[in-house]
Amino acid sequence: MNATPTPILELRGVSKSFGSVQALQSVDFEVRAGEVMALVGDNGAGKSTLIKCVAGINSIDDGQILFDGKPVTIHGPKDAAKLGIEVVYQDLALADNLDVVQNMFLGREIHDPLFRLREAPMEQRTSETLKSLSVTTIRSVRQPVATLSGGQRQSVAVARAVLWNNRVVFLDEPTAALGVAQTRQVLDLVKRLAEQGLAVVLVSHNLVDVFEVATRITVLRLGRDVGVYERSKTNEQEIVEAITFGAPTPEETEVVA
Amino acid sequence: MSSAAPAEISAAAEDQNSIGAILRARWDAIKSGDVGSLPVIIGIIAITLFFTSKSSIFFSAVNFQNLIGQMAGVTVIAVGVVFVLLIGEIDLSIGYVSGIAGVTVAYFQQAGTGHHYPGLVALGLAISVGLLIGLIQGSVVAFIGVPSFVVTLAGLLVSQGLILQILGTQGVIGIQDKQINDISNYVLTKNTGWIVAIVLTAGLAAAAFGSYFSRLRAGLPTGNLILTVVRVAFFGGLAFAAVYVCNKAQPRPGLPLVGLIFVFIVVLGGYVASRTTFGRHVYAVGGSAEAARRSGINVKLIRILVFMISGAMAAMGGVILASRLNGIDLTAGGGSLLLDSISAAVIGGVSLFGGRGRVSGALFGGLIIGMIANGIDIVGYSDAIKFVTTGVILLAAVTLDTVLRRRQAAAGR
Repeated sequence: MNATPTPILELRGVSKSFGSVQALQSVDFEVRAGEVMALVGDNGAGKSTLIKCVAGINSIDDGQILFDGKPVTIHGPKDAAKLGIEVVYQDLALADNLDVVQNMFLGREIHDPLFRLREAPMEQRTSETLKSLSVTTIRSVRQPVATLSGGQRQSVAVARAVLWNNRVVFLDEPTAALGVAQTRQVLDLVKRLAEQGLAVVLVSHNLVDVFEVATRITVLRLGRDVGVYERSKTNEQEIVEAITFGAPTPEETEVVA
Repeated sequence: MSSAAPAEISAAAEDQNSIGAILRARWDAIKSGDVGSLPVIIGIIAITLFFTSKSSIFFSAVNFQNLIGQMAGVTVIAVGVVFVLLIGEIDLSIGYVSGIAGVTVAYFQQAGTGHHYPGLVALGLAISVGLLIGLIQGSVVAFIGVPSFVVTLAGLLVSQGLILQILGTQGVIGIQDKQINDISNYVLTKNTGWIVAIVLTAGLAAAAFGSYFSRLRAGLPTGNLILTVVRVAFFGGLAFAAVYVCNKAQPRPGLPLVGLIFVFIVVLGGYVASRTTFGRHVYAVGGSAEAARRSGINVKLIRILVFMISGAMAAMGGVILASRLNGIDLTAGGGSLLLDSISAAVIGGVSLFGGRGRVSGALFGGLIIGMIANGIDIVGYSDAIKFVTTGVILLAAVTLDTVLRRRQAAAGR
């Protein structure tokens, strides 16, 4: 993992509240190119809110979002997409009735000036992208997504992020609904994304998965960030304690600069 | 399915353009619930055989020509229904919107009044009225989120009221304008008919082979060249057969202009749905509105545009029906028109659940509805039989769709 020192995406003191509920409170977060940053926390810790803020679905109340070290404002999904931030949601956000190619290019179809679709280049690029990620189990890129297995669907959703040369990919619980073999498929895919130089944020409840692929781990608790842990310098017990009780021993956590 | 070894895949890729492989893939698709237009074709053949055995008139040239005129209105309206069903909504106003369009076109061609315009201008006004109604209904659905069932039910009642209001005192407006009456009543000369068949076949061939060779150049699976030729020959053959039969019809031989009109509308609608970004987004909204929204598609805009298409198609269908009767009366847009149009789309394989089906389904469904009505009239059965038959076929079509949908989902996970 050749992680560069400056983070691609950085959140500084970001706060967000919904009415009287403080969902995020002065949260710091960062992710670098080529690393898998895990984002963990109990239900209601603010993981989903953080994703939605970065994806442009929610706006932030306070704080700063920096991309490539420069402050940016994200007002909608289009802004996030323009920066190169892709979010692969838990419920996949694929249209079941469309085939793999159609889903990969959904909303960003290649077309001529008369809005006529150009299927050939779309199909080519889909096949190439799936191949580059070693997704080999999909028989035809022209089969509807409804006929794919859960792991294959997840692969398509992740491949879509790669296709668009995104630089930061958020994966929201990518293995939650998958069996053992399919989980393996997806975790391999996550590693390959990072190897291709993308910054990957893995949101997960499953600490086994997290410890297998993550470079670093950010823990959220009740809307605050507890800290960032190097995977090689921590263990599951410490993370579980951080998730449930907050940081027990501050000197062990590495505070984000 | 997910456990297929890579070796099998590459082996399958090598010969996937062979006829055997394509037929096998098609059979697999049928087994997993993607039956395409198979049930419709079986239905058309069965209905033809049945009525032909009951009456010698049914399978005659003049009746074929007559059938084209009978099915035109419903088929055109059903094209709009297909778009609405594709985004997972419903439009119940189409019947009386078509009535309003008929009233509009009749109103604006009245000679000797302050509102006498050329036929085509009146036609344009009628379609504009349909577009406007669609814009209003679509906006209420998209922006406020009122269920389309209720919005268009209200639209149905308002439209019916408007027709009664406008026609109230006289109850009927005759259409004298030649351009408007020609829409449903003009038959092309024999030679024009042949030219139409040639142009249609040439267009079909250009589209099929253009796609074949562009995929070949791009190094993508092309399908089988022989099957492509067979497909073009089959549909081209149908066009020539239709012209041939119509040219035999007495006393007015020739292809009805209205047949050309609805085929053009179906082809255009099919093109928009399957070959443009707009069409792709329509399917996406029907498949998963949330996925569409997250992909940056303007879901509200798509919904509004689809209801406008529905309004415009209903209006065009209404003009065709008014033209066929050379006038409009208080029953305009009523009767079984609404349910026939929706049935046509559903029988044509368009899912009520959104996102699945083709525009050509409107043509097939319109044909089946038209054949049943036509055949039952000829054989002399009562309207009671007609309603029961149509009802049973509609239920069968929806049941089939529901079962296939479940089967397709099961084939996946």
